[in-house]
Amino acid sequence: MAGVTRRRARRQRAFRWTIVTLLGIFFLLPLVAMLEFTTRGPNGTYTLETWKLLVDWGQLGETYPDLATGVANSFGQVLLTVALTLLLLVPTVVWVRLRLPRLRRVVEFLCLLPLTIPAIVLVVGLAPVYAWVTYFLGGSALTLTFAYTILVLPYAYRSIDAGLSAINVRTLAEASRSLGASWATVIWRVVLPNIRSAVLSAAFLTVALVLGEFTIASLLNRSNLQVAVNLLGKSSATMSVAVSLTALVLAFVLLMLLSLVGGGRRRTSLKETR
Amino acid sequence: MTGTTSVAAAPGARDGARQGVTVRLESLHRRFGNTSALDGLDLELAPGELVALLGPSGCGKTTALRVLAGLEEADSGRVLVDGEDITNRPVNRRDMGMVFQAYSLFPHLTAQENVEFGLRLRGRPAAARRERAGNMLELVGIGAHADKYPHQLSGGQQQRVALARALAIQPRVLLLDEPLSALDAKVRVQLRDEIRRIQIEVGTTTLFVTHDQEEALAVADRVGVMRGGRLEQLGPPAEIYLRPASAFVADFVGLSNRLPGRVDAGTVEVLGATLPLVEPADAPSDPSVPVTALVRPEAVDVVADPDGSGRVLAASFLGPISRVTVAMPDETLVVAQVSSSRLADFAPGTPVRITLHPSPVALSR
Repeated sequence: MAGVTRRRARRQRAFRWTIVTLLGIFFLLPLVAMLEFTTRGPNGTYTLETWKLLVDWGQLGETYPDLATGVANSFGQVLLTVALTLLLLVPTVVWVRLRLPRLRRVVEFLCLLPLTIPAIVLVVGLAPVYAWVTYFLGGSALTLTFAYTILVLPYAYRSIDAGLSAINVRTLAEASRSLGASWATVIWRVVLPNIRSAVLSAAFLTVALVLGEFTIASLLNRSNLQVAVNLLGKSSATMSVAVSLTALVLAFVLLMLLSLVGGGRRRTSLKETR
Repeated sequence: MTGTTSVAAAPGARDGARQGVTVRLESLHRRFGNTSALDGLDLELAPGELVALLGPSGCGKTTALRVLAGLEEADSGRVLVDGEDITNRPVNRRDMGMVFQAYSLFPHLTAQENVEFGLRLRGRPAAARRERAGNMLELVGIGAHADKYPHQLSGGQQQRVALARALAIQPRVLLLDEPLSALDAKVRVQLRDEIRRIQIEVGTTTLFVTHDQEEALAVADRVGVMRGGRLEQLGPPAEIYLRPASAFVADFVGLSNRLPGRVDAGTVEVLGATLPLVEPADAPSDPSVPVTALVRPEAVDVVADPDGSGRVLAASFLGPISRVTVAMPDETLVVAQVSSSRLADFAPGTPVRITLHPSPVALSR
């Protein structure tokens, strides 16, 4: 009996590793190919010139000014989108949970709506709005923050909502209110610290989405990392691929961090409840 | 409503302890859709007094407490603390400490930090905060766990910390919303007694909401039995138990036998005994109308007797006391309370004789 169980466990382990290996190859092979492409030199040699240039910001700005602008714009968009999304979403979701529970379905529907609308349709709808945005705020690439905030709503909402579901927000809020806390204090000192990993998840997802966004920026004639990479592809294929690879790895690292934050918290809880 | 709302000096308030404040709820009304949670509730708590609100689910006891806390708004009526109208004051400015039914400690803070939370909001210096929080944790007997997080504490310990947190801010009123209902039986009794000890020690006026009659009778200076958003009776625990003002109170508080009888001039005849009525006005004017009298098991004497008309149906051992269920010839079931030392006399099938003590009884409608 024990022998059968051992054999079955061995088979399952082998199956798991086969799947992991196949998936690893599937995901890593293109990345390795990209890396190989970016290091190709003349006459079949290999060189790190592209990567040296990529990490030398001053030199990069001089050689590829559009790329440097795109990178700077994307980082600005990331920061503003994360800030705007969290600033809008966290108090709204908390408030709906505490004071307007009947609106929860409506808010959820509105937040998830962008998921069902293709980016191209979104752009068609946003174009006239952006005419006004340009009129009032100018044509800065950072104005894409508004569109990106809508784009990341479904992911950020899901993450924050899941975080709030894991705690008894109503009782915690009532307890802190009865101790003398204002609503701002309740959100800042009681709710936020307890949904920290959910907020981090929302922020990481926002970063990954904004760094990878191309359609809206391109169709609204704004510059960001992906638009710059696309343009660069026409003049310097190796640099374009190197930047794409860096963006991919950055997104991958962010998602790993996200999973580590959640996993770390779960492991701690398990250890403490033993 | 036959209960009294007069204010007595709080028997619990100890000499030297800080005296609490007077709390008055005046004609409170609160509706949720078609349901009336509070229907003109009037209640007054004396300084340092602990009043327990008791009643079945939906009777409005928690709504009354939440209106007093400011967590719920009344449709009409007033809330006064020490004569000051605080009806429209937001919850964070009412200066009331509250312990909730659900565990409400802030998960990201240690026990000590939880207790310090309210003091921090009041701008107390760090040293004073630490000292006060330490004292409060010692008071509730959990000083050794000050550095633990809520998930490292048991349910009973968490509720002790919650009590310490509520008391740390020296609230004018302490509100306890079924704080023991999530705990197991033994911890519940321990903490119940602790709450009473601490309340007497600090002398804070306290409103305690519970659906557990034993809990209410054990800790309160006065118990208010609620029904349909109103007080059915308000009085000391012994009065509530021994002289229930209505059939509802008699039925809700403690165990009662429902025995058939006939009324006659302010008394009721039950199983051959003539018993006085708690509320003679409740009796039907026609003496031929059959009524149901509510008789406590401890008001029933049962004696093994070969010529007795009753037969023991079952006997339950409950520790120091036991309950014997007797079937009468007309199939009426009578539950009697006896000392457990006599339990051996009441094997099932034993013929017994029943006699009733002449204590006042209520009639069931």
